[in-house]
Amino acid sequence: MAFYDKIFDVLGLTTWCGEGNDGPMSMAQLLAKSRGDANAEANSGIPFPSLDNLHESCSAIPQTRDMTSGLEDVFLSAKDAMKVVLDPVTQPLSWALDGALWAFLAVPWWVLLPALFWLTWYVSRSVGVTIFVACAFLFLGVIDHLDAAIQTLSIIFVCTGLCVILGVPIGILMAKSNTLQRVMLPLLDLLQTLPSFVYLIPLIFLFSVTESKLYGIAIIVYAIVPVIRLTDLGIRLVDKDVIEAANAYGMNARQKLLGVEIPLALPNIMAGVNQTIMMSLAMVVIASLVSAPGLGVLVLRGIRNLELGVGLIAGLGIVLLAVVLDRTTKAALARINVTHENG
Amino acid sequence: MTRKTQLSIRGLYKIFGARPQTVLPHVLAGMGKAELLQKHGHVLGLQNINVDMKAGEITVVMGLSGSGKSTLIRHVNRLIEPTAGEIEIDGQNILTLSAAELLRFRQTKMSMVFQKFALFPHRTVLQNAAMALEVRGESTSEREAEAVKWLDRVGLAGFEGHYPHQLSGGMQQRVGIARALASNSDIMLMDEAFSALDPLIRTDMQNLLLELQTELHKTIVFITHDLDEALKLADHLVILKDGAVVQQGEPQEILLNPADPYIEDFVGDINRARVLRVRSIMHPGEDGDHIAGEVDQNATLESVIELSGGDTQKNYRVCAEGVPVGFLDMKELVKALVPAHANASRSGDIR
Repeated sequence: MAFYDKIFDVLGLTTWCGEGNDGPMSMAQLLAKSRGDANAEANSGIPFPSLDNLHESCSAIPQTRDMTSGLEDVFLSAKDAMKVVLDPVTQPLSWALDGALWAFLAVPWWVLLPALFWLTWYVSRSVGVTIFVACAFLFLGVIDHLDAAIQTLSIIFVCTGLCVILGVPIGILMAKSNTLQRVMLPLLDLLQTLPSFVYLIPLIFLFSVTESKLYGIAIIVYAIVPVIRLTDLGIRLVDKDVIEAANAYGMNARQKLLGVEIPLALPNIMAGVNQTIMMSLAMVVIASLVSAPGLGVLVLRGIRNLELGVGLIAGLGIVLLAVVLDRTTKAALARINVTHENG
Repeated sequence: MTRKTQLSIRGLYKIFGARPQTVLPHVLAGMGKAELLQKHGHVLGLQNINVDMKAGEITVVMGLSGSGKSTLIRHVNRLIEPTAGEIEIDGQNILTLSAAELLRFRQTKMSMVFQKFALFPHRTVLQNAAMALEVRGESTSEREAEAVKWLDRVGLAGFEGHYPHQLSGGMQQRVGIARALASNSDIMLMDEAFSALDPLIRTDMQNLLLELQTELHKTIVFITHDLDEALKLADHLVILKDGAVVQQGEPQEILLNPADPYIEDFVGDINRARVLRVRSIMHPGEDGDHIAGEVDQNATLESVIELSGGDTQKNYRVCAEGVPVGFLDMKELVKALVPAHANASRSGDIR
């Protein structure tokens, strides 16, 4: 005899509810049964009229687990259709990731490292940062973590590159359209706050775990948010007077965007890129759960086998990579700020 | 001197709000600014503006903040779209231009100088000055030669490679003027162009503008809230209040015959001796006695007082380019120094 039986009787819904409790047992019932306590709800006074509790009195009302399993069914039934579209669209991501991994590992270290140092110098134009980056990579090399670090780095390069290619145009469109901004902002909030593991669940259903696009998508979806946000912000913050001047002299939309808005928003966009790099680095460890190679795998091994040293050193390597990327992009940002100073 | 009208604004109305067209009939029927805001929640920006601007003249639009002067100047190049009315430039109604025509029109017919300079902070002084030509699609060498020429003309030779933030306010506005001049357009819009500058620099810039104008004869629309500046620059002065024209005409004329108390208040504090010119108060003909000398018709009263040594007994012959056109009684001159309304109200007290 469940608590809400009387209410359904009074309402005259007994026939609609159907006889008996023929559905599968809820978790609470199961626990109660296993403890041999058949009258659990009597002790707790008035039970909350939740779906599970109402179901006990009226089997026509669905149980909560029907909702989660229903969601799963919907996703599974849509899966094949989604796969037909998503598979070919995302295939280039797999190629890019595999290609970058292969290329970075195929190049001998005595070519790759100088190239990276030169790149650092080229974007930062700072001797200090370049020396720091050199020391960091040489240290990783000495402790035999260079290959893993390079793998992680190549994943970051590909994913951040794609984040910029996709994020900057989205940010520009958002800055141009208030409607789009209103739609996108909650979506971006959602992407940013959703626990990162949750991304992996639907992806695992959609793609096979061995495909590199699986972790690529997870990283991109997680890390693209700051670059979109800050592009939108940067373009919106461009001085209205300067835009008016551009209009007064008859600049068309393309001239304004390329000649005025993007250059003036560049410091903000670069700040977004910096954040995106940091977030993809955070995600790369979680992505190693779904076969992303690199330092994350070593961290994972540390956790799985309780190999304290392995985990800590790999973690330190990731920190080192983060600092290297952060310093380099910050130095590049400072350089842009100096040339664009509007004081 | 008769010049042809280049820019003509007729029956211009601007109403800000969600549905300006639906409340326009009320405004046309005579509803005022306060009532419109209260009853319909729309702001009346401009009402029934009719101004003719002549080629080669400086038309100054003056008014206090909120009088709609900045709104008015932005109608001329359609940065703001009017609610009703016509704007004709060189006989063409610019409100009928398509989007592409409008861009072309802004590129070739108009240039604009802004209160806050609005230079591109990421470009050098040279690139800024060449901007108008770049938009038009001229070659780098051509536009840079033109920009160098105008930068030199406004006194900025040698600063081509600097960035705007490295220059002082006055120098930045010189870049703004060079940018406008380099576009080589007939009409120049100046929106409170000198208001952000300190007084000495402002005087310099006014002189620079007048000097350039004697050479270039652009049609300049100049917005200001400063009456001294307006009187110094204007060939034609338009005074705006609450979005309507209170009085327009030659500045001397407005100063001597203010149309209403609002303008009387405005002109009350002016140093009339420095602003009024001999031609405004002279008598035509040549029947004066005691002619003490000759003065030019465009001399300020201040200079005549200096010449006379303060002696009110003297008379002067007035000449235009050496030819006598009238005579000036020093007593008239002294009377003209007192504002009109003060004349009327105080005459009783003194007796």
